[in-house]
Amino acid sequence: MKLFQPASLAEACEILAGERGVVPMAGGTDLLVHWPARAAEHDKGYLDLSGLSELRGVRWTDGELQLGALATYWDVIADQQAARELPLLVQAARLVGAIQIQARGTWAGNIVNASPAADGVPVLMAYDAVVVLQSARGREEVVLADFYRGYKQLRKTDDQLVAAIRVPRRSYTVQQFHKVGSRRAQAIAKVGLALTRSAAGWRVVAASMAPTIRRCPGLEQLLETGADVREPEALHAAIASDTSPIDDIRSSAEYRRRVMARVLFAALRA
Amino acid sequence: MTDQSAIRNPQSAIQVAFTLNGSPISAEIDLTDRLLDTLRYRLGLTGTKEGCGEGECGACTVYLDGLPVNSCLVPTYQVRGRRVETVESLPPARLDPLLTHGATQCGACTPGVAMTSCWIIDHPELLATHAVRELLAGNLCRCTGYDGILDGIAAAMQARP
Amino acid sequence: MRRQPPPVYSLIVHRLEGLAKLTGREQYVDDLPLEGFLWGATVRSPAPRGRVTAIRFDPAIDWSQFTVVDHRDIPGPNVIALIESDQPVLAPGYVRHVHEAVLLLAHPDRAVLRRAAAAVRIEVAPEPAVTDFRVVPRPDQIQYGADNVLKHLHISKGDVERALAGAPIVVEGVYETGAQEHVYLEPQGMIATLEGDVLVVRGSMQCPYYILKALRYALGRDETRLRVIQTPTGGGFGGKEEYPSTIALHAALLALKSGKPVKIVYDRGEDMAATTKRHPSLVRHRTGVTPDGRLLAQDIAVVMDGGAYVTLSPVVLSRGIIHAAGPYACDHVRIDGRAMFTNAVPFGAFRGFGAPQTHFANERHMDRIAARLGLDPAELRRRNLLRDEESTATGQVIRDGADRRAVLEQALSLADYDAKRSAHLRFNASSATTRRGIGVATFHHGAGFTGSGEAMLASRLAVAGLADGSIEIRSANIEMGQGTLTVFTALAAERLGIEPSAVRIAAADTARVPNSGPTVASRTAMVVGRLVERACDDLRRRLDLASSTEGDVRTAIRSWYETHPGAELVGEATYEPPPGVVWDDARYRGDAYGTFGWGAYVAEVEVDLRTYETRVIDFVAVQDVGKVLHEVLARGQVQGGVAQAIGWALLEDCRWKDGAMANAQLTNYLIPTSDDLPRIRVAFLETPYAYGAQGAKGLGELPMDGPAPAIVNAVAAATGADPCVIPLTPERLMTIADFGLRNAESKGQGTGS
Repeated sequence: MKLFQPASLAEACEILAGERGVVPMAGGTDLLVHWPARAAEHDKGYLDLSGLSELRGVRWTDGELQLGALATYWDVIADQQAARELPLLVQAARLVGAIQIQARGTWAGNIVNASPAADGVPVLMAYDAVVVLQSARGREEVVLADFYRGYKQLRKTDDQLVAAIRVPRRSYTVQQFHKVGSRRAQAIAKVGLALTRSAAGWRVVAASMAPTIRRCPGLEQLLETGADVREPEALHAAIASDTSPIDDIRSSAEYRRRVMARVLFAALRA
Repeated sequence: MTDQSAIRNPQSAIQVAFTLNGSPISAEIDLTDRLLDTLRYRLGLTGTKEGCGEGECGACTVYLDGLPVNSCLVPTYQVRGRRVETVESLPPARLDPLLTHGATQCGACTPGVAMTSCWIIDHPELLATHAVRELLAGNLCRCTGYDGILDGIAAAMQARP
Repeated sequence: MRRQPPPVYSLIVHRLEGLAKLTGREQYVDDLPLEGFLWGATVRSPAPRGRVTAIRFDPAIDWSQFTVVDHRDIPGPNVIALIESDQPVLAPGYVRHVHEAVLLLAHPDRAVLRRAAAAVRIEVAPEPAVTDFRVVPRPDQIQYGADNVLKHLHISKGDVERALAGAPIVVEGVYETGAQEHVYLEPQGMIATLEGDVLVVRGSMQCPYYILKALRYALGRDETRLRVIQTPTGGGFGGKEEYPSTIALHAALLALKSGKPVKIVYDRGEDMAATTKRHPSLVRHRTGVTPDGRLLAQDIAVVMDGGAYVTLSPVVLSRGIIHAAGPYACDHVRIDGRAMFTNAVPFGAFRGFGAPQTHFANERHMDRIAARLGLDPAELRRRNLLRDEESTATGQVIRDGADRRAVLEQALSLADYDAKRSAHLRFNASSATTRRGIGVATFHHGAGFTGSGEAMLASRLAVAGLADGSIEIRSANIEMGQGTLTVFTALAAERLGIEPSAVRIAAADTARVPNSGPTVASRTAMVVGRLVERACDDLRRRLDLASSTEGDVRTAIRSWYETHPGAELVGEATYEPPPGVVWDDARYRGDAYGTFGWGAYVAEVEVDLRTYETRVIDFVAVQDVGKVLHEVLARGQVQGGVAQAIGWALLEDCRWKDGAMANAQLTNYLIPTSDDLPRIRVAFLETPYAYGAQGAKGLGELPMDGPAPAIVNAVAAATGADPCVIPLTPERLMTIADFGLRNAESKGQGTGS
């Protein structure tokens, strides 16, 4: 194993530019799972970001919330402003593992881990978050909704590091997050649904319903038209076009489709 | 790049200096060590248990800079310069309410449960937004059904001034 | 009989080892200091059935640095001695289940060892495997006897056919339960060390003498050269009853070959994948009833999945069928039981030992009978619960003085059952997305070994007086969280009239303690605790003290040593069956147990119609387990058992591939967290049992029996659906509720699905 412990973001970017296959490490809550048994991972190089104070913290500006790459779920849970203004971030954070994970897991890590079942990504996406990528070549911003090209495929090159996440401050008339896991706490989502409405329009984001977390254009369009949805089944066609759920050891495609329709229907009625 | 920034020899152990249970310590570790391995197998602090190695059960809970974390998911090199507290740092008298209310049975989850419980007891302000059941959800216990633990926490919190 | 005042010492003794556990000082097997040792690892079969055609070692690794053991290194018979002799210690060229141990490796560096174990490839020429115990096997799948039946048992009382033919109403049902993983929080582990000529095995276990027997047989070593010592055991629940013999043998073989201490500690994934689980079951009921709900005939067929070796399946099946007709009076009962061979990882002991499966079926069936008759489910139970002088399915006449109806009434009253039923009707009519329901189960659990088991065990126990005036209890019964140390200490202190601080408990070390039997079957407090009392009495006799609590025992012990230089003062006791207990093992008739514990549990649930999730919002557990020896410990046993059973009922879903667990991680096999459970409200009625310690009956397993049916009955009441399968995951409930199926047969419990 090779370890890099850079003293600055600039140095971190140099290392990423110069070394192949180096894995950035923030809170470790994904990378260290079953670590002793995963010998192949021990042979890689790691870029330890934990010492980079410039990547820490939760910052509010006039127009946005900025989450540094090392901002943890607990940082957001403990932020009073977040609970008032962007409550879905707090709701989702509280559903990521329990305190032991919330204290270590980062929003940026949740984005780059690219799990289709992520909890942090759907709410960020429903808030139109933007991913700030830094490399030795410079800075680039990608809208989170465009960040995934396919299962674990990111719009990010190997030399780029997620340096921050920008979340616009808007006023919302609808903000809901629903996570259906196999138990109340510490569960991986079988269905996730984030729903917002602002001047920018409806955002419907589904988790565990496709190879990536994704916005659902069919459902968003249905809601924009103001169609009267009288029963969950009326959402099935749009869900079918927006998502492609699968059977796996956690749930079934059938369950995911039907429950997403029912949860969304109830959310719209609420 | 500083001297310390790149450790290239995969065989080499490194020194990591941190504060452990209030005292400074420098430990020689392997780069692949998890904090759990360092505590148990290098420093002999076997109070911290491994229940799953996947961050689910919380038996390996320690405090890192004051917050409960799963030490099975912390690479030891990341605790450089930081503050780590283990179950061995808990004063036995603090654990009395947990003992008398039946918070421990087999004991395998117990050190982690004790750590999280004491953290909750020390942060009553969290109860404005969180239920104790939610705060304790990262510690799996297969023996008690949690009631004995919850009763112990409640008693300890009531006893606080 | 109502509550008695608790004995004085149970009030003052907190869990003795509790503070050591809370502070992390308690040393489990992986915590013990050990020098110059090797880590051991197990290389396992990748296939469910077939001949091992090759074992390939990656040439990139220098294998001379490793100790390598296979079946040819076993000095004695290649058998893990238990009920039958069919299970090898290491597969001798033929495998019968995925994860069957084939090869052992040891090396001083655990990381190096892990890489090496992953670099051994076992090649198997596959043969047709059986992965669904519910289906009749094809000829090419037969691997045990003529029909893959590992054990067939039968109970018959009265004339079922005639009674059914004459019954005005017959209700039928089919019920299924899934496997369950124990998830004791301390994974399995053993250390084997050669100390001179004595092979010493230390580790996490429930039954030191089972391991001694297995070592003696397969290693061909007599007991003078073997020693088994239990280390503090981080949960067992049956999972450390028979399985530890395997890991002990593996560690021992590596230690014998390498000449060094060897430690094997499973990680969670290996523990979940390779060790035993609760037997999956399929139970059919056909019941004749009168219109007012009197049971006329019960015809019951029980099938259990035994897995690839016999292990304990015959006795699990036995306890299962003996409990299958429930705590009810019925003159005509027939119960047929079969345990089936499949190419699955063997199923084994798990808290309740077959009874939770059959109680689930019977109690769910009772509610379906009540629905058919238009009766309140509680009323149906009231009308059929056994009264003293009535008999169980095996013809055991119950006359223990316990009031089973009082247990039920107290549970209903604490749960506010009647008021809740009406409140739920109103709530359900007004809510668009939520349904509430309440469900009840009444059940019993036989305490101690079945039939003549206790008499055959002939457990022995000693209480030694020590020269300093303290005493030492010498027993093979172990502490795994259930409170053995505390209860034994309290019993001895009470019996001898000494302070608990003057009582020590010897380590469960086969070189030092007599065989007081395994720590299983809810027998420790009741049966072995009674031996503690009788050994104390024997000690008192040897001191020539009267049997009253008068007399300063400690002074008498010190004086005894002054007058008996060089001798040791030991009080002894050997098990004696209670008078009048008669069991006919050939006909499965008679007194199956010395006594039963009785329970009535009430669950209130809320079902989310959007997600089909069931949440238990209130739980009341009332039981009569004889005298309660320690209030906090007893309540903890019930709460923990109920929690484990709630997991089995709703969450814990073993997913299978080729007879092995496909979700062997705590991320994907979910047990309840604190946030998934309600407060579990516990009450005891106490009718003392004359032959249990201070009047105690067994307690540990009873709480596993009632929750699943109470919960599923509550779900049925809430939703109007008719679920008859557990775990009742949201996915299954969706299929049942929306498609009106009796249960989700297409996604059933076969281990191949």
